[in-house]
Amino acid sequence: MSRDRIGASELLRLDAVSMHYGAGENSVTALSGVDLSIKRGELVAIMGASGSGKSTLLTIAGGLVTPTSGEVIIHGQYLRDAKPAQLAAIRRRTLGFVFQDFNLVPALTAVENVSLPLELDGWKRSKARRAALDALHLVELDDRADHFPDDLSGGQQQRVAIARAVVGGRALILADEPTGALDSQTGELVLRMLRSRIDEGAGGILVTHDARHAAWADRIVFLRDGRVVDESRRDDASSLLAAGA
Amino acid sequence: MSVRHGLLALLSQGPSYGYQLKVEFERRTGDSWPVNVGQVYNTLDRLERDGLVERGETDGDGHVFYAITESGAAEARSWLEGPVVRGAAARDELAVKLALAVTLPDVDPEAIIHAQRVATIRSLQELTRSKAAGGDPDSPEEFAWQLVVDALIFQAEAEVRWLEHSEARIRRLQARTSAGGAAGGTTASAPRTAPAELPAPTTASVR
Ligand SMILES: Nc1ncnc2c1ncn2[C@@H]1O[C@H](COP(=O)(O)OP(=O)(O)OP(=O)(O)O)[C@@H](O)[C@H]1O
Ligand SMILES: [Mg+2]
Repeated sequence: MSRDRIGASELLRLDAVSMHYGAGENSVTALSGVDLSIKRGELVAIMGASGSGKSTLLTIAGGLVTPTSGEVIIHGQYLRDAKPAQLAAIRRRTLGFVFQDFNLVPALTAVENVSLPLELDGWKRSKARRAALDALHLVELDDRADHFPDDLSGGQQQRVAIARAVVGGRALILADEPTGALDSQTGELVLRMLRSRIDEGAGGILVTHDARHAAWADRIVFLRDGRVVDESRRDDASSLLAAGA
Repeated sequence: MSVRHGLLALLSQGPSYGYQLKVEFERRTGDSWPVNVGQVYNTLDRLERDGLVERGETDGDGHVFYAITESGAAEARSWLEGPVVRGAAARDELAVKLALAVTLPDVDPEAIIHAQRVATIRSLQELTRSKAAGGDPDSPEEFAWQLVVDALIFQAEAEVRWLEHSEARIRRLQARTSAGGAAGGTTASAPRTAPAELPAPTTASVR
């Protein structure tokens, strides 16, 4: 409704977003009336049972799916009004998306998967490769850079997907179960890395079944049957990593 | 565990006196378990009475040194090597509260679950924050402290999982009973407002 006054620090806003899949008898309500706002430096975790609408919310927030009703605003841009080219540019430049099923390109090596979005955005090949190697280093995959996805373990593929989402300093990171295939140490490594990106000024949504990982967020939102039922906020707004590390 | 076992484990490294034991105990457990020196002396008295330590010399500063006996060393070893058995687990207050709530007609068990989940998640966030803000994990004190914080984090996580599991069970039970009962029951997707507060816990007489 209110198309005015989106705070400069607000990266993402969902206004009364509802999503129905299918029609008539078989219609499924995946989300109903969800409001959500993400600012710079803010990480929000989404928890909820299987089928509660978490992935739907994330794909809508990332402009991959258009909601049945409600608005999605990224950096002040109403996605409903965006032209396809604008939408593609937002996805390439602003958004880092970690898919629940990783979504790697099988014909490309790990480092090529990570550098692909940068090259599509016009980066020089060598510079994109360097940035991709840095991102793989953050998830401790230096020694697998030239392997193809099929030759990587599930958790390694997941880390490639994470590196691809954070490479090049995206402002908004949307991660669907990014630690689902990881052991707890590696999961924590990923969360620390994500958290430090957020503390540097990005924003993010983290979908997770794991309360231990959700606890790295500033806010935790619980979904049930497509609605927000509970919300837990950190008491003060100071950064998680501000005091050290 | 008891301070008793901790002191025995320390004394198995060599004789020591009360205050030194207090400081070492706290340091090696990452300051997660403060003990006062009186508690240490009482424990040493009991260990001596049980033949697990012996009172030794007094140094020039008046420190009374204690040394571990053979049976004390055996006790320390068997504590370190044996599993910890948690006896009172079946009497967990939260589990008991929820079990009772399910039987009370005017109490909404889901409201209890929601209130608890928000509280547990919040403490999980606090623990995570203090862990993230922690110092150099290579220092032995910091490492000890982080091990203890990790334990609390995993316990809180387990509680959240149990709460979610319980909520799902309760909802399934409700769906089954309402499907078998009166017509026009609410469907799973019917709007439902989140209960904001716990019902007053003392409405029904639970004695
Ligand atoms: N493309 C689709 N077509 C029809 N229904 C769909 C589609 N995608 C999702 N749904 C339905 O929408 C609801 C929410 O699905 P969603 O994938 O968002 O759940 P989720 O919370 O991510 O679950 P999980 O934890 O299992 O990943 C489910 O009931 C699902 O069956
Ligand atoms: Mg999902």
